[in-house]
Parts: sequence; structure tokens; C-alpha cells
Amino acid sequence: MALKIEQDHNRFRQIIRGKIKSDLKKYISHEELIGRKGKDLISIPIPQIDIPTFRFAPKSQGGVGQGDGETGTPIALDDDEGGGEAGNVPGEHLLEVDITLEELAQILGEELELPRIEPKGHKKIQTDKDRYTAVHRTGPESLRHFKRTYKEALKRQITSGAYNVKNPLILPIREDKRYLSWKTKPVPECNALIVHMMDVSGSMGDEQKEIVRIETFWIDTWLRSQYKGLVTRYIVHDATAKEVNEEMFYHLRESGGTMISSAYNLFNKIIDEEYDLEQWNVYGFHFSDGDNWSGGDTDKCVALLQKELLHKVNLFCYGQVESTYGSGEFIRELEDELAFADNLITSRIENKDDIYNSIKEFLGKGK
Amino acid sequence: MNLPADLERIRQEIEGFAREYELDFYETIFEILDFKQLNEVASFMGFPNRFPHWRFGMEYERLSKSYAYGLHKIYEMVINNDPCYAYLLQCNNPVDQKIVMAHVYGHCDFFKNNFWFSKTNRKMMDEMANHATKVRKYIDKFGYSEVESFIDTCLSIDDLIDRHAPFIKRSNRKETCSLKEIEDEQAVKKIRSKDYMEEYINPPDFMELQQRKIEEDRLKKRAFPEEPDKDILLFLIENAPLENWQREILALIREESYYFAPQGQTKIMNEGWATYWHSKIMTERAVRDSELIDYADHHSGTVAIQSSRINPYKLGLELFKDIEDRWNKGKFGKDYDECNSIEEKKNWDKKLGLGREKIFEVRRVHNDVTFVDTFMTEEFCQEQKLFVYKYNPDQEAYVISNRDFKTVKQQLLFSLTNFGQPFIFVRESNYENRGELYLYHRHEGIDLRLDYSQETLKNIQRIWSRPVYLETVVEGRGKILKYDGEKHSERTL
Repeated sequence: MALKIEQDHNRFRQIIRGKIKSDLKKYISHEELIGRKGKDLISIPIPQIDIPTFRFAPKSQGGVGQGDGETGTPIALDDDEGGGEAGNVPGEHLLEVDITLEELAQILGEELELPRIEPKGHKKIQTDKDRYTAVHRTGPESLRHFKRTYKEALKRQITSGAYNVKNPLILPIREDKRYLSWKTKPVPECNALIVHMMDVSGSMGDEQKEIVRIETFWIDTWLRSQYKGLVTRYIVHDATAKEVNEEMFYHLRESGGTMISSAYNLFNKIIDEEYDLEQWNVYGFHFSDGDNWSGGDTDKCVALLQKELLHKVNLFCYGQVESTYGSGEFIRELEDELAFADNLITSRIENKDDIYNSIKEFLGKGK
Repeated sequence: MNLPADLERIRQEIEGFAREYELDFYETIFEILDFKQLNEVASFMGFPNRFPHWRFGMEYERLSKSYAYGLHKIYEMVINNDPCYAYLLQCNNPVDQKIVMAHVYGHCDFFKNNFWFSKTNRKMMDEMANHATKVRKYIDKFGYSEVESFIDTCLSIDDLIDRHAPFIKRSNRKETCSLKEIEDEQAVKKIRSKDYMEEYINPPDFMELQQRKIEEDRLKKRAFPEEPDKDILLFLIENAPLENWQREILALIREESYYFAPQGQTKIMNEGWATYWHSKIMTERAVRDSELIDYADHHSGTVAIQSSRINPYKLGLELFKDIEDRWNKGKFGKDYDECNSIEEKKNWDKKLGLGREKIFEVRRVHNDVTFVDTFMTEEFCQEQKLFVYKYNPDQEAYVISNRDFKTVKQQLLFSLTNFGQPFIFVRESNYENRGELYLYHRHEGIDLRLDYSQETLKNIQRIWSRPVYLETVVEGRGKILKYDGEKHSERTL
């Protein structure tokens, strides 16, 4: 039964959505949000939406309580609210709202005006998917369709006259039994590979990594809403590159020199060896402080991008995070050398507040 | 919907016991709901239907969530109406249902017989539904956000009523127009014509001109402020330059506020009374041996004490029991009061047996304030371990500050008076001869929350349309807050 409250509840959710949207910039630059992520839901603390009334200032008012305790004993308030009377005055707490990651991505998309991504033209590629929607006469008992079986038995008993209204006992025999079974359906395949690359050389501090972490979270959230199958892989590099897991990616701290080309090489290798470009939409995100070992290595990077990577990926994004140690040359080189490439995007991220714009730059092209 | 046979049997049994004890109630209809439906009804404050507003949705979200996390469970809900409606949670076990029914009959008796409820609308169920229909019609006509934002404004001041008037005043506001009239007065009258002649008989630009004229007339028609009033809502309804539909909405919200007011005024008594009777009916009549543990478990949950707030079920129950005991033993009057021997007082028993009669009288005439004021004794206060707590900034916590009887009683009475809300009056409606509204906060030792006050002032200004003032006291100094429609300002007195 549809509840009447649904309308009000939906309206409330809509208001919440509006709140999240208008404060999105604030939420985007908060790392704590990422910690609140469950499998499909994310819990967002928003200030309680309240209707103002004339009321007493909090904490100015004591109250009456009941129980043991000496004078001066602190008491636990069950509510953040200090009224303490028998009242039902709403407290002032943060409201925890659960929204799905999908909805969050939607909000992100609307607020940043991100275009929907047009996957590379592989609509022909199809995979078969099994869904349990068919009903068969044979099958394992565990998949017996109770309702259908009952109906068949009932039909049979009525037609054969075995049905007794006074004693409506229905006994299914073998012929009545119906079982759930699968149907194979072709589904258009639409997969995406994201490779996050990060410079973990000595000059990348915790603050820089946090920026990277936040930004990759939002990028993943968005791309996940655009592709059904999303694979995320992580590469870290200093003078050499290696693939790591998510946990390592954010917490690893190496020191030493920086050879960006090592990461690009590895990225290229992963694509070549494991992913069929006919089937995969590939995204590369690289974050660094822009301090590369030598001009020679930077040239290598440019060549690699130009000759190999840019032909293979939907999008290659380079985000340069401001660091006190980095020289920040790399981004300029890329911009100078590869200005013609329309699937290379560069972005400068000076602090957390820039994340918002950086995401927009990266994903604003709809690639 | 009829109750299933087993519950109906229980209901008849419990109703029989309630009548045996001479409880007197309107017919009571029980409905069984699942927890979703119960949360819905609870969000609507007991009614199956309210005007559309997101605040009910917010409450629903909160209730659903805390139910899902096992933080609370609503057992019972009952509406003051003739007939009374009460809801039972489907998944409760039969003992719980018994307790709830007994409890509900206590409430129903209270609704029917307590003086403070005597002026409430006993057909509120219908009235609420009418309000809902009315607001929905306005939404269709004026748009969702327009109506919603006006309701937001109204709800911000819905507690500014005169709840302490001995008899609740019914608004004698001017008859407002029906929706039909509003429609008539807003649409330009067309002359009937054939399709192909329409353009010539009702030329569009002329029609538009007429429409604008009507709009202008409508703006001019707005009433002008007259006399101040303590009932700020009524004052605004009668005097603020509102559109008819806005006036209607403000009026219906005021009506609902008055309907709910006595429930706020008698929370301790009402719950105490219902708890008294469910425990009486259950322990003396209805409970079976096998149900005893479940009953005890449920009942102890109902009357559990929390250090931080008064549990109205517990306090009310204990006070009623104390009164019954005192009047049974004759522990009242001159002789008792003047007796100085603690020992003698303790064992005082004149075997008067007036207890039952007394508590029925108390439930008829008192509200929480007079109830506590008249019957809370020093002995009771000690026995119940009541204390006052205050915020201690050094400890950054609320701490027990006092167990002194007078202080406890005073604090309790203070928090009950005006339902723990500040007293606000309209002092002048033509302040400085400029049609500006001057409100006054009767300061009783506690400051207002300023940010909320400013926002509320803003909402009143929206209704009043001219600048609005609020005189109050902030940290010991008189202050006047002002909102002129664009910005807030304040001035020290």
C-alpha cells in the first residue's frame, strides 16, 4: 500500500538533495565523507533543517532529572538538547542522511554540469547475461516456484473434481511442479578501466596525497555512475613504477627521485597485455607535483603519450598538486607539447578548494 | 477495519475491566498497523492525513531510521476524537496489545473528562482531513513552493497562541472567502463565444489588462492593523495584510495548534493516568500467569527513569499513586500539615479511603502545572530522588546542582509553564505611527536563542509586511531586535 507520507518524505529528500547540492563544494573537499562510504550508500551529515521559533537559548536552562547522584555529578543527556523538561522540543543535531552513491553522482553531475559520457563506439559488443525469469517444468527443488506450483495443482484438482471446498487441501503432484529457470539475454557491454597513477616521491606529502585521495574518490563515483563494469587499478611511482592495491596507493610513502615515464610505461603495458581496447573504455589519471627527474624523461613521457597512450585512452588527465618542494615544470611541458590533443586534460590543484574545479575540468568534456 | 477475533476478544475483555473501574470514554476504535504505517501515522502526529508538508516527511525519516536501528519502537498512539482512534503495532505480542489497550482506555477517559480538553474539537479527524484537502487545493492553484514556503512561515510561529486562557478562545475572525470566491475574484470574466470569434470577443490584450487590474485591486484590499492581542496568531490573522488563502492556512494551523495544546499542557497527568490504569487493569485483572514476566518487562520499560529528563509516565504515575495513598490515609489538611513528628507523619493513617475518588477529581480539573504545584510534596520529591541540573561551563557538562525541594519544584513548574516556551506578546501594531509591529518578550531569567529569534522575526515580518520589532533581554540588558524586510538590526534599551 502506498503511504500518504511518501509525498512528504519525497519532498523532504528533495530538500536534502538541494542542501547537499548547494554545499557540494564543502563536501567535496572533506575527506571524512569518504570514510562514511558503505557498499552502496554514503552517509552525509547535514545540519538539521529546522523551522525557527522563539525558544530559549541552549545551555542557559537547566532541568529536572531523576535518580541517584551527589551534587556536581555530571549527567548524561540522551539528547544534544538541553531542555530537559518533559518536552518534545526537537534537538539540534546533525541529521545523518543516507544517499546512494548513484544519487550522489547524479548530484555531482548536475552541480558540476558534467555531461554524460558517450562510450566509445562499441555498441555491437554484447555479452550474455543470465537472469532467472523463466519458469520450467523441471528443475531443482530449491528453485521450485511455490505460487505457480500451487496454481497448477489447484487447476488440476478443480478440473478433475478433486477439489473440496469444505476441505481445500491442495496436493501438488509431479506434473504440477514448476521451477524457476534462467533466460539468457544479450546485454550491451560497456566496461571502463580507470588507472590512477600517483607520484609518491619524497616531495609528495600527506596533504598532497589527501587531495589525490579525495579527487579520485569523486572521479570514481562519477565514472561508476556512467559505466556498469568499472575496474580501478593503481600505480605508484618514484623513479620506478609498480602496481599496488587501493590501500597501498594512498598510504605508501617512498622517497627518492621521480621518473614519470616509468608509470606511463607500466600503464601502457597493462593496457596492451590485459585489456582489449575494442571492449574497454580506458581512463588514465595521473597526479604528481610536477617535479620530474630530467627533461629527458619528460620528453619520453610526451612521446609515449603522443604515440601510444592518447590513441588508446578515452581520456588522460594530469593533475598537478601544489607542493612546497616540487618545481612544477611537468604540466607546462605537457601543455606546450601536446596542446593539440583533445583527450588530454591538465589541471592545477593548489589546495583542497581547487578539487571542485579540477573535477569539473577533468570530467567536463564528456569523454 | 475490524480487529481479528483474538484481539477483539482481548479488547472486549479490557474494555470490560476499564468500565468496571468506572473509566468513562468515547467509543474507541483500534486499528492494526505495520511499523511503516505506524511511523507514518506518528509522523502525522496521530492522524492518518495531514496537509502536505516536508516536516512530516522529515519526522518519518527520523522515525523509520531509529526504528530500523532498534533505537525506539512506538507501542501505542491514540487520538483525542469522538470516537477515539488508537493504533496497535501488528507485530506486538498479545501481552503488549493488552497493556496498550488498557493504556489507551486510560487516555480516552482523560480526553473525555479532563477540563483542559473540554474545548477541543472532537471531530478533529475530519477537520484534519478537511485541512489537508484545502491546502492541496491551494497548492493546485498557487503552486507547491508558494504554498509550502508560506506554511514554513506559519509553522515558525504556530506556538504563539494564548494557551493559558482559562477557556480556549475560538477565533471570531471575519468570515474568509471560500475557494470558489477566491477563484471568481481572480479570474477575468469571459464572454461566451464561438471558437473563431474568441479573439474578437475576448481580445487577449484586454483580458490581460483586466487581469492586472484585478491583481492590483486584490493588493489594495489587504486589511490594515487594528488592535493588539496576546494571541499573536489570531492577531495576525485578523490584521496582517494577507491573501485570503494565506489567511485560511494561518487559521487552520492555529486551529491545529489549539487542538494539540492541551496534550502539551497535560503530558505528565495524561501519561501518568494511562499508566496508572494499565498497571491497575493488568495486575488486578487481565494478566495471566504466563504473561507476567512480559508484562513486568514492558511496564518497567515504560516507567524507567532517565537522569536527564523527567519521564512523564513515571512521574505522573507516582504522583497519582501518592495522591491516592494520601487521601486513603488522610495525609492532608491542617492537622497533618501542622504535625511536626516525622515518625507520626509516616505512620499517619486515618483510614479515610478517599483515594480513588480524589484521583478521579484530580484528573477532571488539573493540568500539569496545577497538578505538580498542588500535589508535589517534599517527601515525594525526596522519595523520587528528583534533582535540578544546570550546565557547568567548567566541566562542559550538565551536572546535578541541587536536590532542594523548593528549587526542584520551581524548576519543574517553570519548564511546564507555557510548555517550556517563552512568553511573547504583541504590544503595539502601529509602532512609531508607521504601522510597524512591536513584540515583547516577558523575560523570566532566561535569554532567547538569538539566531532563531531573528529568523522567526523575519517570518513574522513576511506576514506583517512592515518592519517588526522584538523587545527582549540579552545578558541582563534590554534589547530591541528589528527586522525591516531586508536586514536585521538591534538596539540596546
